[in-house]
Amino acid sequence: MADNTPAERVPTVIADGVDIVYRVNGTGAGRGSATAALNRILRRGKTEKAAGVRRVHAVKNVSFVAYRGEAIGLIGTNGSGKSTLLKAVAGLLPVENGRIYTDGQPSLLGVNAALMNDLTGERNVYLGGLAMGMSRAQIKERYQEIVDFSGINDKGDFITLPMRTYSSGMAARLRFSIAAAKDHDVLLVDEALATGDRSFQKRSEERIRELRKHAGTVFLVSHSNKSIRDTCDRVLWLERGELRMDGPTDEVLKEYEKFTGGPAKAPAPKAAAPTPQAKPAPPAAPKAPAGV
Amino acid sequence: MSQVLDPPPPTQASAQAAPAPAPAQDDLAALAARHGLTVSGARPSLPEYVRRLWARRHFIGAFSTAKLTAQYSQAKLGQVWQVMTPLLNAAVYYFIFGLLMNTSRGVEDFVPFLVTGVFVWTFTQSSIMAGTRAISGNLGLVRALHFPRAALPVSFCLQQLQQLLFSMGALVLILLAFGVPPGLSWVLAVPALALQFVFNTGLAMIMARVGSKIPDMAQLMPFLLRTWMYASGVMFSIHHMTGPDSGVPSWVGPLLQVNPAVVYIDLMRFALIDSFGGDMLPAHVWALALGWALVAGIGGFIYFWKAEETYGRG
Repeated sequence: MADNTPAERVPTVIADGVDIVYRVNGTGAGRGSATAALNRILRRGKTEKAAGVRRVHAVKNVSFVAYRGEAIGLIGTNGSGKSTLLKAVAGLLPVENGRIYTDGQPSLLGVNAALMNDLTGERNVYLGGLAMGMSRAQIKERYQEIVDFSGINDKGDFITLPMRTYSSGMAARLRFSIAAAKDHDVLLVDEALATGDRSFQKRSEERIRELRKHAGTVFLVSHSNKSIRDTCDRVLWLERGELRMDGPTDEVLKEYEKFTGGPAKAPAPKAAAPTPQAKPAPPAAPKAPAGV
Repeated sequence: MSQVLDPPPPTQASAQAAPAPAPAQDDLAALAARHGLTVSGARPSLPEYVRRLWARRHFIGAFSTAKLTAQYSQAKLGQVWQVMTPLLNAAVYYFIFGLLMNTSRGVEDFVPFLVTGVFVWTFTQSSIMAGTRAISGNLGLVRALHFPRAALPVSFCLQQLQQLLFSMGALVLILLAFGVPPGLSWVLAVPALALQFVFNTGLAMIMARVGSKIPDMAQLMPFLLRTWMYASGVMFSIHHMTGPDSGVPSWVGPLLQVNPAVVYIDLMRFALIDSFGGDMLPAHVWALALGWALVAGIGGFIYFWKAEETYGRG
């Protein structure tokens, strides 16, 4: 699908040499001790390293062009920078170097952060909808649809109870239902959406497919090779923040499966640097709190 | 300590698999320009930013009300605490400053005087504290959803305003209980509150930006705020303390009375309490109130907007 005629197609997302760096305070040597903290403050402005600020280079020099109508999977081992890259495409994380150009405003599918456990499900539907930029009228119009989709009221009038009284499955279903109520130009889906019971999972997969139809371009982060195969026609493989492969789903997944299948049988980690199979998965970079 | 990882070893796969080698950087920028793509997460212009913020007004309102409601939702008495908390606060201050320390010397209607001061000050104080944590305490929200970030400090200040309206309800009860007659001048409380709200929001936005860069500010602010409170005549009358026969140099009084907290507190006292006459107000008090509101409000908004695209970095 990723052929050689980009000029004829309409790009929706262009990543141009993107670097993303997290800075984490208060790690490093002497963490926690008062003198170390003082030292950090006094030496601020010299090197960040000396100041005890740890830089985590989460995404390194990634470039790609996504076109209208594409569904792109993002794969890679844990901590390889997939979610980070997705957040940067959404414009939620600043990039260190390079640029990300987008057509319209890409949105992450998810509203968890805006919801409040102490409020009723009903008020959370409104709050979540408003947080995503829907108008009150739009929410009112979709309210019943959202509640029905979540299936919260199947076992009684739960929507008028505070969300803290919901089981984790119920809460997850309501969150997904709210998040999926809005149509997006460029839709970014992070894994962890496959929540709820079997029947709800089926419904949500269907809903994502529906959203895909309305959206210009879809990015999907997932560890499930099956769902990537089902939904995506092109795959970006990130490893340690670097774009390792970019191509049609089948080709990339074949290599990726070879790669992830490897480490179990591989010799000691540091012994054989040149072969990819010998490398253990990189240490997980600190992630931003998942916003989905 | 920087986490530099070894680059993954080049594999044959990566060499052969990229079907279209990534075009040179200029090409990508040109391609983006040709199709009218915009830089993701770039800071909008100031008018555009105001427009977007206005478009989110319903979210701002809903978010502040939700926060307010959630606050006491687990308590048995529920929303009764909205009024109980300020009343208990006032009782504690009355016990310490009115009865134990007897600061009331020379102040008529001391209890209404004190309670008004405490409520109005608490509004400013809690707005600033909430502002300091507005970004740093809501990174999850900032990193998950799109909205002008100024919505957060504004919404927290709105929450404090709603809280204050409950307190004002309690205050009316206290005033009537202590025999302060209702009067037309009570209407003046509305513009005074409006100006104070703008001032608070401006400061909250300044502190939101500072707090997002230096999380330690949240630890430091309570001390700064307490110092400010003691300089603001919340529990004593600056007018009496620095009056002609107090022995304090004559320039100290006017200097203390320029303090915006003093301006807003005294305006409210003037509006509500009969015995607090116009002679106790700082000179040009309305001009000062308006000036502080505009300087803090506009300055804070622009200062906050200038860093819009950087909020959310870890």
